[in-house]
Amino acid sequence: MRLAQKIGRMRRTDAASGILLVSPTALYAILLLAAPLATIFAFSFWTQDYLTIDRSWTLANYRTAISEPIYGQLMLRSLWISGAVTASTVVLAFPIAYFVSFHVPPARKSLWIFLITIPFWTSYLIRVFLWKVILGYNGVLNSTLLGLGIIDAPLTFILYNANAVVITLAHAFAPFAILPIFVALEKIDRALLEASRDLGETRVTTFLRVTLPLAMPGVVAAVLIVFIPTIGDYVTPRLVGGPDGLMIANMIQTQFLQLNNAPMGATLAVLAMFIVTLVALIFVGLNRRFLRRQQ
Amino acid sequence: MKGGWLKIYALAYLLFLYAPIALLPVFAFNDGTIIAFPLRGFTLEWFAELGRIEALHGAVLNSLVIAVSTAVLATVLGICAARSAARYDYPGKRGVMGFIMLPLVLPEIIVAVSLLVVLLQLGLSLGAWSVILGHVLICTPFSIAILNSAFQNLDRSLEEAAVDLGETPWSTFRLITLPLVMPGIISSLLISFTISLDEFIIAFFLTGAEPTLPVYLWGQLRFPQKIPVVMALGTILVALSILLLTTAEYFRRRGVARAGGKDTGGFL
Repeated sequence: MRLAQKIGRMRRTDAASGILLVSPTALYAILLLAAPLATIFAFSFWTQDYLTIDRSWTLANYRTAISEPIYGQLMLRSLWISGAVTASTVVLAFPIAYFVSFHVPPARKSLWIFLITIPFWTSYLIRVFLWKVILGYNGVLNSTLLGLGIIDAPLTFILYNANAVVITLAHAFAPFAILPIFVALEKIDRALLEASRDLGETRVTTFLRVTLPLAMPGVVAAVLIVFIPTIGDYVTPRLVGGPDGLMIANMIQTQFLQLNNAPMGATLAVLAMFIVTLVALIFVGLNRRFLRRQQ
Repeated sequence: MKGGWLKIYALAYLLFLYAPIALLPVFAFNDGTIIAFPLRGFTLEWFAELGRIEALHGAVLNSLVIAVSTAVLATVLGICAARSAARYDYPGKRGVMGFIMLPLVLPEIIVAVSLLVVLLQLGLSLGAWSVILGHVLICTPFSIAILNSAFQNLDRSLEEAAVDLGETPWSTFRLITLPLVMPGIISSLLISFTISLDEFIIAFFLTGAEPTLPVYLWGQLRFPQKIPVVMALGTILVALSILLLTTAEYFRRRGVARAGGKDTGGFL
């Protein structure tokens, strides 16, 4: 009886209603995200013997991952490519976010944001393929440059290598970088900029000492939201990367679907996640003072 | 002029963003099997060809079933989570919401392989349903992000007034809350539909014997003679996405206007 009363009271409290309401979504995420991630983690300590999984716990996969140079090479290249993509995307995106936030009249801002996000929503596969068409040996870029007489022979350093992967991914992730920076810039109190100018700072020093530090939370968010998913990209390296542009996700796919070695694939996935998380944490740590100032 | 240079840069950047998409129709209507300049002439042959490929029709149908189911499920889960986040406080809220939003930053290949391993371990056969499971997982965070602002803009005194006037919690939700957040719901349905229709990696791993449209496309990209048809298909897809997104944006803005907010395109 007392218990029933207690439960009855519980149901009326805000906390209980909130938990009840969020539970379907949370349950879904636990069943289809947490449980599978835990399984992958367990798999990385198992081994595959032809078609059967050997469930005895071992670090053999991790030893292989470290000792075989191919895995380390792919991992390093993935980090290197993702880093290059992140740097170029964020550096190219910042002026756009700045322009839309500071120079576009408020009524037209949502139109600009809409225009920037549209290409992101159109078929990813076809967009990546079109970069192959643009950058190829007989591609749009080469035939145009040849036609204009700017070059004598087609450029070959722009397709089937890491450069092509960087260009294509920088294009694909542009909105991801622009939006967080834009949001951070929009939050800046414009009176602070006026105050800075009144106190004798120039345009440039105002930007460096007021605008940029206040926009840093957006820049950090942009870096993370570009860096983390690009590490796991599969389509772009496969279509435009050539043999020298393949990344760790391609190896994970090969392990799972072609070599039929799920435990090794799981180990590579876990290692990739671990390294990405580590890099992300270090990056956030380095920018701690900007993030704290925002609070 | 600082603003002037920035504007030129911004326009050049837009050109970079739109360059690949702009090329699609150019080659879709080009009368030549090689995708390169100079163009050969105008043709509708590649669009006509689309009507004759049986495998393509199956893939389109499969994708539509998956996209509609995903949109509905992800939006329902999104409503639950966004409503609870906007209206209630409970211990561990940040952690729970953070975890639900995790697929937003998780590389898709991780989601795909982990689901694949679990489903195979359980001895289940793959099909449209397994793709739906994966797609709901990655669409729910987008749905929550859209619905969050809809629920947060909601004036709570309207709901309290309804309860004071004798409505039950459920009828209040149906008569007051739902109509007010409806634009957000429609925009979430459209966005989830678009994401699911376009998603490749999860579908590639979980689709089994019946390919979705992107998986079918992936197979075609290996054959150079099929490329013009792919371009025609891409043109239709892009036109469709732009239509859907414009509609979603229209509803989002109407939602902002209805809730009395000021739309600056940002999150001020």
